[in-house]
Amino acid sequence: MDNLIDIKGVRHAYRTKAGPLPVLDGLDIQVAESEFCAVVGPSGCGKSTLTRLVAGLMRPDEGEVWLHGKRVTSPRKTVGMAFQNPVLLEWRNILDNVILPLEIVAPSMPRRDRVARAEALLEMVGLSGFEGKRPSELSGGMRQRASLCRAIVHKPDVLIMDEPFGALDNFTREDLWQTMRDLRAKEPFTAVLITHDLRESVFLGDQVIVLSGRPARTQYVLDVTLPDDRTIDILYEREAGEMLHILRDQIKIAQGRGAAEAQ
Amino acid sequence: MESLQKIGVPIAAILVFLVLWEALVRLNGWPDYVMASPSDLPQAYARFWELFLVGAWQTLWRTVAGLLLAVIVGVLIGMVMGFSRIMRDALYPLLVGFNAIPKATLVPVLALLFIGQHDFNTVMMAFLISFFPIAVSVGIGLSTLEPEYRDILRSLGASRVTIFRKIALPKTLPEFFGALKVSVTLAFIGTNLVEIVSPHGRGLGALFLSGQTNSNYPLMFAVLIALAVLGIALYYAVVFLERVFAGWAERETT
Ligand SMILES: Nc1ncnc2c1ncn2[C@@H]1O[C@H](COP(=O)(O)OP(=O)(O)OP(=O)(O)O)[C@@H](O)[C@H]1O
Ligand SMILES: [Mg+2]
Repeated sequence: MDNLIDIKGVRHAYRTKAGPLPVLDGLDIQVAESEFCAVVGPSGCGKSTLTRLVAGLMRPDEGEVWLHGKRVTSPRKTVGMAFQNPVLLEWRNILDNVILPLEIVAPSMPRRDRVARAEALLEMVGLSGFEGKRPSELSGGMRQRASLCRAIVHKPDVLIMDEPFGALDNFTREDLWQTMRDLRAKEPFTAVLITHDLRESVFLGDQVIVLSGRPARTQYVLDVTLPDDRTIDILYEREAGEMLHILRDQIKIAQGRGAAEAQ
Repeated sequence: MESLQKIGVPIAAILVFLVLWEALVRLNGWPDYVMASPSDLPQAYARFWELFLVGAWQTLWRTVAGLLLAVIVGVLIGMVMGFSRIMRDALYPLLVGFNAIPKATLVPVLALLFIGQHDFNTVMMAFLISFFPIAVSVGIGLSTLEPEYRDILRSLGASRVTIFRKIALPKTLPEFFGALKVSVTLAFIGTNLVEIVSPHGRGLGALFLSGQTNSNYPLMFAVLIALAVLGIALYYAVVFLERVFAGWAERETT
């Protein structure tokens, strides 16, 4: 099967005042259609940079990023993005926040259809009845749910998430993992999820990619061999435990290399 | 009940102020030519009400014209500074320097540049004195826009204009109105400055000047009160616009 996302030999360095700062160095990632790819790696290794490359917000110095068999050189309408900060627009209510991408991607779509689509998504994530509320009236977890709806309202091929649950408390986070799993069952999409949480990567991912310390390369790829309809409990069983163990060891290696380079 | 309190409390405060003022003048036994008291004012208004109407209108339209100009130019400068680092670095010291100049010194400069153009000079002064806060607030608002806000639309291939219209512009509205509240007061001061200083001025400022030349102290105080009322009206007009266009930024204070 063809890969929906194909990142081949990507290198990138930011130009800073102190000279070039290599951030990515030999990055290779393949994600099949409808697959969920979780990416973990030491802090500051270049994960957010990776999301910007896939979204076409910037171009790598070297290497190629392919999406759906086309080389990515600029932004395209078929991606959705969600960040740690839900970045909802305070002057719009929740419904109109979710609709925002449709205004860009499908300007001719009738308002009625847009509303129907947004309402259906809001219902899936448990936000029915909050359509008319302002973002400031919602809790952090609810805002992040709305932000996820906005990221997929235009049915993107790829959903790119940069630590979307990073600022939430543990229980809310686990709730959102389950919401994410249920969304995927109803709305198939290919996903790239950046996270700091190894349990999250195992619970949500079909594959987990471990990046090395900066400059990041693909250090390890873990295939998650758990059933699709996982529950949180599965994280406490032996199979998941072993995977978490492997990932932890890999992160330690990644951090070790980063620390050695810093000296 | 709540609206009664909203209107009643300020009115009560004004009444208390007037009573204290009257008492101060009476207790000290100050004659008119030292300090007029509130009870002298109705007479002054009754005698000169036509002059007050004409003067207030002239002061008002020139202030508003200057302020509109300040909004247009201020927003444009703010946009240039907000979107381009180089322009920000280039313009900032110039603007700060210009803002530091006491504006009274510009009155003779303007008067010499545009001799006899009293209306034009007044509008120019209102504009010059008031565009700075607008330019700075818009500039800062745009340049501190978190990149994620831009990225949600940019990743969909939206143009810069679309991003400005849908995100950057509404997001800076609260800052803009904050600055506009300062600017409206400044523009008002600028207008009055020219009116009072110019030899053949118009507007409430000129009426004040004529009160001074004729030693008509109740008239001078009556003008001051009229200026205060006009200033309050202008300020609350801005507050009203803020409610309409940036009311979302108001948080419930509970
Ligand atoms: N626009 C930029 N210009 C210069 N340097 C940058 C820029 N963006 C990021 N960097 C640097 O590049 C490195 C990687 O940044 P990036 O944000 O991709 O890391 P990250 O893995 O997402 O970090 P975190 O785990 O903290 O989110 C960091 O050291 C960062 O300081
Ligand atoms: Mg990051």
